[in-house]
Amino acid sequence: MASGRDDFVIAFRSAFLKKKDKQRFSLLTLIILSIVVIILGNRDFKVIQIIKSGINEITYRSSYMASIPENKIKKINTQIKEHLNLYQKYKNNEIDFKILKEKKYVNDFLKLENEKLRNLINENINSEEVLAKVLIDKESPYLKSVILNKGSKDKIKIGMAVMDSVYLVGQIIEVNFTNSRALLLSDLNSKIPVILQPEWIQAVASGTGKNYGLIEYTKEDLNKESSEMEKIVYTSGRGGLFKPGIPVGKISKYSNNKIIFFSDFDQLDYVKIVSFNIEGNN
Amino acid sequence: MSSLNKTSFYQIFFSYFPIILLFFSVFNEIDFNFLKIDYFSFSFAHILIFYWTLRNLNYLGYIPIFLAGIINDVVIGIPMGISSFCFLIICSVTAYIRYITLTPNFIKDWLSFLFTILLINSIQVIILDLIFLIEIDYLSYLINTGFTFIFYPLFFIIFRYLDKKIILQKDD
Repeated sequence: MASGRDDFVIAFRSAFLKKKDKQRFSLLTLIILSIVVIILGNRDFKVIQIIKSGINEITYRSSYMASIPENKIKKINTQIKEHLNLYQKYKNNEIDFKILKEKKYVNDFLKLENEKLRNLINENINSEEVLAKVLIDKESPYLKSVILNKGSKDKIKIGMAVMDSVYLVGQIIEVNFTNSRALLLSDLNSKIPVILQPEWIQAVASGTGKNYGLIEYTKEDLNKESSEMEKIVYTSGRGGLFKPGIPVGKISKYSNNKIIFFSDFDQLDYVKIVSFNIEGNN
Repeated sequence: MSSLNKTSFYQIFFSYFPIILLFFSVFNEIDFNFLKIDYFSFSFAHILIFYWTLRNLNYLGYIPIFLAGIINDVVIGIPMGISSFCFLIICSVTAYIRYITLTPNFIKDWLSFLFTILLINSIQVIILDLIFLIEIDYLSYLINTGFTFIFYPLFFIIFRYLDKKIILQKDD
């Protein structure tokens, strides 16, 4: 019994403490070092933040370079799919275009009316936009985020909205000097206040880690009747970070509060980083 | 003379191949999911580290593994040091197996690999969820563990072929 335990101790010591011919550090030293890195990385010291930011800068750029061949394969794959679906897509677009044309006239009027009403209550929404390129869109199975090529030197700040044309896709969660990381709406940790149209139900859109979101924390639970109709999800502006009315996605009939995002997060090439300044005296 | 240079180039290239592959995989986050199949994912880096540290440690040192872990964390966006810690846990297990094993056996290695990836994924989940309060999808971790385990034999064959090639190049 004692010899069995001795064998284990010897094997354990050999595994952790002995250095092989080409190893400069023992395993134990490196394990301790990685624990120190985990602890220090969580501290808010300025020096650590600068080092962390430097490592991020170098890694993001290198990762972008290393991803070029894979991105080319992905692009070719998408192009082939697009070519195969060209005719069907054209037919669908023709129908959509007809509907959109009809809606445009109504929308133009509503826009003018909305502007007029906002002026009446002295509410102004100013926004500043920065166009950014998506450097890395490695979708890990655990976290959904993208790296953008704009950072603190372009006045990017944590919390700014990230948009794909007019659709919300996420928000900035980490800023380095020349790049930043945006958390996508599909990430499990993403939670944004939204409003469900046409019923004006306040809710929270939560990411699921997959390519759809879920509606959570509705004040009044969505009743059966309401689940029979299609709903559009817009930002409610409650958190103060985003302006109200940014389209997020839609909930189809009988879909169990599943949000299908308007933007395809796998196809993001360029995005807008937007900061909103909402002023009002009501 | 030129053939001599060519041989030495191949020798150097093949001897650094596992390290190149490891760094390429962490920079690129390779999951081979070009068809975007739902839930499909596996950790190529875990297979690579397990195989090379178990079968031929001379071509994959602990320091490159530590650095690859740091890069992996930065690319994925999780707190720095977690992947390094997990990668080094794999190294600890393989070092222990290496020490207690006289004749390597594939099935035993494969089962040890399952134990190792279950252990490191559990550690990662505990650190992310309970310490850093980052919400994670447990199912994704479980499926990732399953696919990583299933794909081990395939990469075992590829890496063994590569290992033999490296030894042959060295002997030339």
